[in-house]
Amino acid sequence: MSGSSTYVPKSAVGRWFESRLPIMGLVHSSFIVYPTPRNLNYMWTFGAILSFMLVAQIVTGVILAMHYTPESTMAFSSVEHIMRDVNYGWLFRYLHSNGASMFFFAVYMHIFRGLYYGSYKAPREVLWILGVIIYLLMMATAFMGYVLPWGQMSFWGATVITNLFSAIPLVGKSVSIWLWGAYAVDNATLNRFFSLHYLLPFMIAGVVGLHVWALHVVGQNNPDGVEVKNVERDTVAFTPYATLKDAFGLAVFLILYAWFVFYIPNYLGDADNYNNANPLVTPAHIVPEWYLLPFYAILRAIPNKLIGVICLFGAIALLAFLPWLDTSPVKSAKYRPVFRVFFWVFVAVCLGLGWLGSQEVNDSTTLAARLLAFCYFAFFLIVLPLLGLFEKTKPLPISIADAVLAKGAPAAQPAE
Amino acid sequence: MIRFKKTALAPATLALLLALGAASRADDAAPAATPAAPSAEKPAPAAAPATAAAPTPAKAAAAPNTGETAPTDVDADAEQPSPPRQHWSFSGLFGTYDQAQLQRGFKVYREVCSTCHRLSIPFRTLEDPSGPGFSEAQIKALAATYQVTNDSPNDKGEIFKRPGIPSDIIPPPEAYPNPEAAAATFGKAPPDMWVLAKARKYERGFPWFIFDALPFVQYQEVGADYVDAILNGYTHPKDPNWNLYFPGHKIAMPQPPISDGAVEYTDGTPAKTANYAQDVTAFLAWAAEPTLAERKKIGLRVMVFLIIFAGLLYFTKRRVWDKIH
Repeated sequence: MSGSSTYVPKSAVGRWFESRLPIMGLVHSSFIVYPTPRNLNYMWTFGAILSFMLVAQIVTGVILAMHYTPESTMAFSSVEHIMRDVNYGWLFRYLHSNGASMFFFAVYMHIFRGLYYGSYKAPREVLWILGVIIYLLMMATAFMGYVLPWGQMSFWGATVITNLFSAIPLVGKSVSIWLWGAYAVDNATLNRFFSLHYLLPFMIAGVVGLHVWALHVVGQNNPDGVEVKNVERDTVAFTPYATLKDAFGLAVFLILYAWFVFYIPNYLGDADNYNNANPLVTPAHIVPEWYLLPFYAILRAIPNKLIGVICLFGAIALLAFLPWLDTSPVKSAKYRPVFRVFFWVFVAVCLGLGWLGSQEVNDSTTLAARLLAFCYFAFFLIVLPLLGLFEKTKPLPISIADAVLAKGAPAAQPAE
Repeated sequence: MIRFKKTALAPATLALLLALGAASRADDAAPAATPAAPSAEKPAPAAAPATAAAPTPAKAAAAPNTGETAPTDVDADAEQPSPPRQHWSFSGLFGTYDQAQLQRGFKVYREVCSTCHRLSIPFRTLEDPSGPGFSEAQIKALAATYQVTNDSPNDKGEIFKRPGIPSDIIPPPEAYPNPEAAAATFGKAPPDMWVLAKARKYERGFPWFIFDALPFVQYQEVGADYVDAILNGYTHPKDPNWNLYFPGHKIAMPQPPISDGAVEYTDGTPAKTANYAQDVTAFLAWAAEPTLAERKKIGLRVMVFLIIFAGLLYFTKRRVWDKIH
């Protein structure tokens, strides 16, 4: 969709440079004249928000790394040193720790938007799978980042997660020891987690580059799920239309982010993580950060450890197969009345699993978690494949422009 | 603690175990020998790697300490109320620390808590104008009353002590120079108090935890309310290690000597236990989050800026998009 660049440099220097490295042309074709469907709603602003969050996390993280000490006897105090003695250290740390949560909040909105509007369907399968890889890398990065303050939850969270690998038959124990660099979570583990926590964001940035590239090849999906037919009628230029809409979406998002950072900075964290890691004292209740809770609930719901671990990773891996699990030719839930109901049930199931993941294990929470875990997998493995065969969908609009005109101008932007 | 007294306490342990039943949640005065041992204050139903046997000796350890009879089943099963919600000057959108309260709180810390609890902050931070706000001269004089171990040895290679200066970290309690020494006495080491007010919580439960995050009704003083409640929770007439608000009620820390009049107040505030508890809790809240006032001040500016900025962007966006409709 991006096509060849129409960029013509205005200055002599610009022309000289462009004929040697056409980078301004690339920017021009990707972010200025790039055609975006004119019916996009505010759920489509999360792509820009996520790009912003990635940069924000890298910038704040690099600053924190200048003052942090990845050594098991000093890590906890060095974080407090950042909080107390470094100029605006508290600000950078709260921006970074809450930024992780904001990043995940945005990515969940982004993923559920893709699910609702069928953004994973042809021709966007590769785009979607790249997104799943980014999500996996984000989870690994966030998990290792949470270990760095070396509080009780850091230490015991790391112990629980690294122990998952010991469930692998035959080599499991060796894999765990290899991951730890010791016979338990220890200084060596902290060191390598710090190193990887610094590395992975740049790998994310690389995959994000591929994700955006793939997006610019196939073009954006849109709320009506019909492809662009006439660029003149169906799309608007990225700048100023999408740029301004994204900017407004980002500004509103930043208000939420700032609320957390400045007024409730410790709300999403566990108080126990303000206690220095202690291998001799197991917390009464080990919980991961909120964004990993649904998967934690699935893990705990399965009595067999190996199967639990398989389900945990399977729950994430299934996302990559969505383009082929969903057999319906219609993309948007707008024209899929039954799918729409199942979609919201699925959202409720995920929220329910998240809540259960935060609760202590007893008979009733285990039963509920098993039920919801079944629903989670059933959505992908039973509902989506069958629904495409039986669902009676509504008629699709002929084009994006027709969909916009049919509803009149105000309805073109439902989020307003 | 286990390591110190395990053998000696084995019979007592067994007796307690029988008396309380294995299912009792009171077994959480957990066996930790570190300054900040969190779960020690929480019920530990999950099997600790330190093994299932660990909790029991720890409990037994608390018993000899009390010098009283072992608690009965009734005590252990008593109702577990949530800490009452206090009014704190530092709560809310514009809340800041009350300087006079922090100064009183520091006095309580110095005269009572510091006997056992370390507070790893430098003297100079007590000058913080948004915190206790002591004068430079006061802090110099205060620091000089402490004997501090010098960082490096003298020219004879000897470690030596000298009077403190404002940049020194407040030294550990003289009676318990390290956590192990304290653990040997109390069963578990008294935690360092520098982040204590942020390291404690009680469960709010659904749906309250959602309201706690919302503007105007936000509740971020869970830790302070918990600490204050613990200090007021020693209500058992005979057992100084029984606490109304502590999960399971058996707490390793015996009742602190803060009866009415124990600490002299010079600013007219009634010298009552409840005031001591509240003042020292406010002081600890400051010690845990000394940048709170600056954070909220900057936060207000950021919020005002972002709301105006978002508003302007909205109208700009409308203007541009209106042309194509």
